[in-house]
Amino acid sequence: MRTLALHISNGIVDGPTSLAFLLLAVAAGGWCVRRARRDLDDRLVPLAGLVAAFVFAVQMLNFPVLPGVSGHLLGGALAAALVGPWVGALCVSVVLVVQALVFADGGVTAIGLNVTNMALLHTAVAYAVLVLAARLLPRTPAAVAVAAGVAGWLATVVASQGFVLQYWLGGAAPLPGGLGALAATMGGLHALIGVGEGLITAGTVAAVARTRPDLVYALRGRPLPATAPAGSAA
Amino acid sequence: MSAEGRATRRGLLLGGLAVALILAGLVSAVASGAPDGLEAALHAGCAVDDAGDIVAGTCPARAARPHEVGGPFADYAIAGLGPGWGTALAGVGGVLLTFACGWAVFRLARRRPG
Repeated sequence: MRTLALHISNGIVDGPTSLAFLLLAVAAGGWCVRRARRDLDDRLVPLAGLVAAFVFAVQMLNFPVLPGVSGHLLGGALAAALVGPWVGALCVSVVLVVQALVFADGGVTAIGLNVTNMALLHTAVAYAVLVLAARLLPRTPAAVAVAAGVAGWLATVVASQGFVLQYWLGGAAPLPGGLGALAATMGGLHALIGVGEGLITAGTVAAVARTRPDLVYALRGRPLPATAPAGSAA
Repeated sequence: MSAEGRATRRGLLLGGLAVALILAGLVSAVASGAPDGLEAALHAGCAVDDAGDIVAGTCPARAARPHEVGGPFADYAIAGLGPGWGTALAGVGGVLLTFACGWAVFRLARRRPG
């Protein structure tokens, strides 16, 4: 039976580098907890748990991108759009830890590597795109959904290069084609996978924003643009 | 929060969980079994047989070691069950476990009221 290994296994990147990224992930996780405190009230707690559960589920749904190659959602962008960057990064981290410890998906020693790429880098890049979009576009559900889609695509490509960096620092085996070939393959494949990520992210955000815009973090802040002249009933 | 608000929120939570459970428990059955982007990139340079094991060539994936823990749910299967039911139940269990862990983590992290 074909094994369903979706994340970095142990042994791919050497011990010291894996440990360094584990420490980085723990430190970043601690910082996220501190920053998330401001957002986490009793209302957001179950929603954040739901986002984590949802990311777990969607990560199981591999879609084909090329003959013989599939992709799956990473989820940082979706989490950032729905619950913000700090809670979002923690959501994806929880997913990755459960996957590594319970389902042997991703090595235990590789947890720091995987968390860095998928929970930290993906979420951070996506959130940066969302912040930029909020300045350029009106903060409407449609605009946020599109921005989340673009954020998902870019974050996926960047996350793939995060792995290339990790391999450059501590890859266990020599690369047949050199680092450039790995970067190109990872980048190219994840540019395709990112399309799926972007579509799923945009679609989910659009669905939630349409029914419950109060649950979309990226829609908070500035009020939605008025559709009627000031003074008339909203 | 009003009782009505609480009821709406609980309904939303259950609805969202239901969607996640259906995705992980049912839709996962039709998910692609092909290696994902990372796997494919790591296997570049190696020849792979039908079972997914490397038979020739050099590639980064050769350095991969067996999982440190393994366990009865490794690879989203349930030891003793076939791939269909195994993946479905692993998916359902994983969704619930992730929800519980997430809820616990965030509950511990949240700011206390008052």
